[in-house]
Amino acid sequence: MEQQIVKVKNNRGIKVIPGFGISMFVTLGMLGCFVLVPLASLFLSVDALSFWEFREIVTSRQAVSGYAVSLSCAFLAAMINAVFGMLLAWVLVRYEFPGKRLMDGLIELPFALPTSVAGISLTYLYSDQGWIGGLAAKMGIKIAYTRIGITIAMVFVGIPFVVRAVQPVLEKLDRQYEEAAVMLGAGRIYIFFRVILPEVFPALLAGFGLAFARGIGEYGSVVFIAGNIPYKTQIAPLLIMMKLEQYKYADAAAIALVLLILSFLLMLAINSIQIYMQRFYKS
Amino acid sequence: MKNVKRTYEQDMEGDGIHSLQKVIEPRRNEGSCTVKYFLIGVSVLFLFIMLFLPLMVVAANALKEGWRVYKENVLDEYTVKALKLTLLAAVTAVTINTVFGIFASFLLSKYNFRGRQLLASLIDLPFSISPVIAGLVFILTFGNIGWMGGFLKANHIKIVFAVPGVLLGTIFVTLPFVFRELFPVMNAAGKDEEEAAALMGAGGFTIFRKITFPHIKWALLYGMVLCTARAMGEFGAVSVISGHLRGKTNTLPLQVEILYNEFNTTAAFSVSSILVILAVLILIVKSFVERKRK
Repeated sequence: MEQQIVKVKNNRGIKVIPGFGISMFVTLGMLGCFVLVPLASLFLSVDALSFWEFREIVTSRQAVSGYAVSLSCAFLAAMINAVFGMLLAWVLVRYEFPGKRLMDGLIELPFALPTSVAGISLTYLYSDQGWIGGLAAKMGIKIAYTRIGITIAMVFVGIPFVVRAVQPVLEKLDRQYEEAAVMLGAGRIYIFFRVILPEVFPALLAGFGLAFARGIGEYGSVVFIAGNIPYKTQIAPLLIMMKLEQYKYADAAAIALVLLILSFLLMLAINSIQIYMQRFYKS
Repeated sequence: MKNVKRTYEQDMEGDGIHSLQKVIEPRRNEGSCTVKYFLIGVSVLFLFIMLFLPLMVVAANALKEGWRVYKENVLDEYTVKALKLTLLAAVTAVTINTVFGIFASFLLSKYNFRGRQLLASLIDLPFSISPVIAGLVFILTFGNIGWMGGFLKANHIKIVFAVPGVLLGTIFVTLPFVFRELFPVMNAAGKDEEEAAALMGAGGFTIFRKITFPHIKWALLYGMVLCTARAMGEFGAVSVISGHLRGKTNTLPLQVEILYNEFNTTAAFSVSSILVILAVLILIVKSFVERKRK
């Protein structure tokens, strides 16, 4: 009876559930129309440049400083988010206190708030007349229009990524290992770093990667606080925007392509680390 | 008189009522109180500075020149038009992406075919691309210098620097949202139920309506809420595509930028307050739906 029903075709079995054709058509059609074809234009535009022109654009001092600012600030911001995200997830999962639900709901604010609103609020807050910027200015630290400001803006947009990645893992964590460690006499800090953190690390890494990628590509929240000082606070997306405004489409496309490749390599690296760690721990 | 003092032997043996397990039961409360309050304090302080203060900045600056000026700014003609375009973009994006999300997650979870993994990663692309790049590729495709530019110009179709462009850009950046919520649920539910129904003779739509849909109801709603939030808040991509034509192709986030760059800070923050209120509403709806999911 089983042999009659499951006829092997293409090594994948016949499609028992109806609707394969239309699902494939709609999915590929919409994906192609809205995503793939427009993205292909990027490659087409860069293709129009000769190799030397391409190299000149993407290795120009401005472009390289753009990548450097974006990458370094995003990395630092993602690290900060990893630490505080872990802390927030821990506090939200393990402790009870008044206002916890409010805190939990507020975490997703950076997702719901438009980046331009976040951008102007953060700029005001950290400018020399702002509430925090003013305090910092008295101590001689300038925040807005510096890389510090950019990093803070990137931290803002990345908060939910790490918290929401780590929270479910912490919630499902089996307490028996901790309890065994307690009974064997381990101190709390030791337990955290040797028992809990390794379990949570893949999720933490995934959240870090997402926050990093978001920081690299972020435009709206950063562009106001950055101040666009050439070679100092010009993030790569802003550079692309500038080239567009100057109608230098090929330049913009070239820089965008390099940025895409950098982000892609980054995600690949993080995924590989994750896979490696999984194998390491499985054995 | 009862012998209250228990010996070690008694503890180890237990007497059916008291056992050693109860004696060494791990404390429900994590760790010492000082550590706990310190950690909670640091987290609250972090969230206060990073999330709450910016909200206060919006409120304070919006109302800086008084209630009447605030109302003027909010009800300004260009702001209202921008609000309408933002809502239109959100509704369009949510509709199209819901349709896409349902078909795509159905396709990827109920069927086995070569390239499944690749398709799943492709769908996730808009999620990891910078919004500015998203806007750029639309200009490169549909703009005057794009390869479709000639065709569009000949037929007097305006996409870039017009409303269709704004809609397209919003659809691009929000495409994966509904899919990302539906796919894990559909994947976890498996194919068995649908296959059984198919074998018993149910048609495609009936299968979806009666078997698949009840599983994904709340995930679908959750994905739609996330999609709405993202669509209303989109700035980078739309900023590139729209051309900032006030009253025609301005969304609310763009209007905020224009007002701010004109040094009209109070107006910029007043318009921002509309977006903040919308964001808070969405967060509330989202937590409600989230709780229903569990």
